[in-house]
Order: sequence, then structure tokens, then C-alpha cells
Amino acid sequence: MIALSDYLILSSIVFCIGLAGIFINRTNIIMILMCVELILAAVNTNFIAFSFYSSDLAGQIFVFFILTVAAAEVAIGLAILTLMYRNRGSIDIDVTNTLKG
Amino acid sequence: MEFTSILFYVFSLFFVGSSLVMITSRNTAKAALWLILTFFSAASLWLLLEAEFLAITLILIYVGAVMVLFMFVIKMLDTEASTLRAQFTRYLPLGIFVSLVVIVQMALVLNAGPFDLETVGLPEQHGPSYSNITAIAQQLYTVYVYPFELAAVLLLIAIIAAITLVHRTQVNSKKQNISEQINVQAKDRMRFASINKDSTKENK
Repeated sequence: MIALSDYLILSSIVFCIGLAGIFINRTNIIMILMCVELILAAVNTNFIAFSFYSSDLAGQIFVFFILTVAAAEVAIGLAILTLMYRNRGSIDIDVTNTLKG
Repeated sequence: MEFTSILFYVFSLFFVGSSLVMITSRNTAKAALWLILTFFSAASLWLLLEAEFLAITLILIYVGAVMVLFMFVIKMLDTEASTLRAQFTRYLPLGIFVSLVVIVQMALVLNAGPFDLETVGLPEQHGPSYSNITAIAQQLYTVYVYPFELAAVLLLIAIIAAITLVHRTQVNSKKQNISEQINVQAKDRMRFASINKDSTKENK
């Protein structure tokens, strides 16, 4: 049978893949947002695995709230991205250094 | 080996493989498509964990709404792939190093044995009449009703914020501006032109 540790190892591997993706695609904000979504999926898998193995529904309800917050975050993030492209003409992260002084 | 174990390994293979292809993908639109496959395999894994409601929610919200939004933005904006490739090799060692450190730390904790099958064990089996959606709804509308309402307010704030950020007022709009109409002065409406007598005579 599949143990809880198998699910935890799987989600930690996917978490690290998402973390490496942020480092690799450092200049592309869309890729960074998608890697954040990947990390959230890994964390949610962790929550659901714990919820299943301890027979407690609180973990699943927490995942429900995480999904809500993530959807709001993506909507606002993509709006900011569109605004940045309109003002700067590029979504390169190196262009956004106007606060540098 | 049980059938559910085989399913777990197949789905986790898809989960890890498609996320690896996604982060190394050169094209952002293709990366979004690989992320959709990742979400589908994650939803399948959640189905194995008897979280049917969340699995369907993941597909409906993430694949149906969020990834479509991503695809819209990717296709609307001009994302050049050439700069991406140059940065790829530059930050690859750092990325591999950080993720290896995190994986080693996680493996040290997880292999210590607090989450093994002997320690945690399997949960009790639910009967065929058990409904995950009913159980979640009972919790959500009684114990967690205030956080649920707060989540709704949060979504409303997100809608308003996104529209306010991106909305652009039309330049040639025929919309009424009441305060401008009230504050109008006579000299804005009427123009006194001084006509020269001599020039009119010359024209005749």
C-alpha cells in the first residue's frame, strides 16, 4: 500500500521542481507565476495526503481556501503584468528597476 | 502490487515528468499546456486520496479558468524566447543547487520514519454511501462559515482590483460628465469674434 511518506516525498519533489523553475526562468514573469502555481499544487497535495491519512477534513477545507486565494492572486498578478507591458513595452523582469534609485 | 499503487506510480510519474518538462520549456504557451497536464495528474492523485470535490474543483478552476487566463495573457503579450534561453544556463547551477538542498532536507525528515505505514497506518475505509462533497459541505457551512464568507469577499476584491488596474477610459466616449456640465462658464460656450470692417469691404 501507498504510505503517507510516499505522498510527502512526491510533493516535496514537485515543490523543488517549482523552486528550480523560478530560478531557471528568472526573467519571465509569466513563467514565475506558473511555477508558483506548481508549488501550490505540491503543497495542496501535502495537505490532502495528511487529511486522508488522519481522517480529518480540515486539511481539505484549507486546500479549498488556498485555491480561492491562488485564483485571486493569479487574477491580480496577470492584471499587473498587462499593465506593466502597457507601460514598459516588455515583461522582462530586468526592465522593472525604476525603484532602484 | 495493488491496483491503486500502480495508479499512484503512474500518476506521480506524469506529475513529476510534466512539471519537469514545463519548467524547462522554451515556449511559454507550451509550458502552460504542460502545466495543464500537471494539474490533471495532480487531480488524479487527489482522487486516489478520496478528495473528489477538490479534484474536480482543481480541474474546473485551474484548467478551466486560471490556465485560460494565462493563455490569453501569453497570446496577447509579446514574450520573446531569445532572452529566456540566454538566462537559462546562467541560473541553472543555482537552481539545481537550491532544489537539491531542499530535497536533501526533506528526505532527511521524511526518511526518519514518522510518516511510515507502520507509524501512521491506513485510515478506516468509508462505506459506499459516504460522500466527500456532503462531508465537506457540512463542515464548510457550519464550522468554517465565516472564513467561507471572507473567501467570497476576497474574490470580490480581486475582481474589483483586476478591473480597476486594467480598465482604460475611452478617449472618444460620449459619456455625460455632470460636474463638467454644471461648472461650465459663459465664455466656454460663446465666442466673440471681432470682425474688421475694412477687410469685409475689400471682400465685396
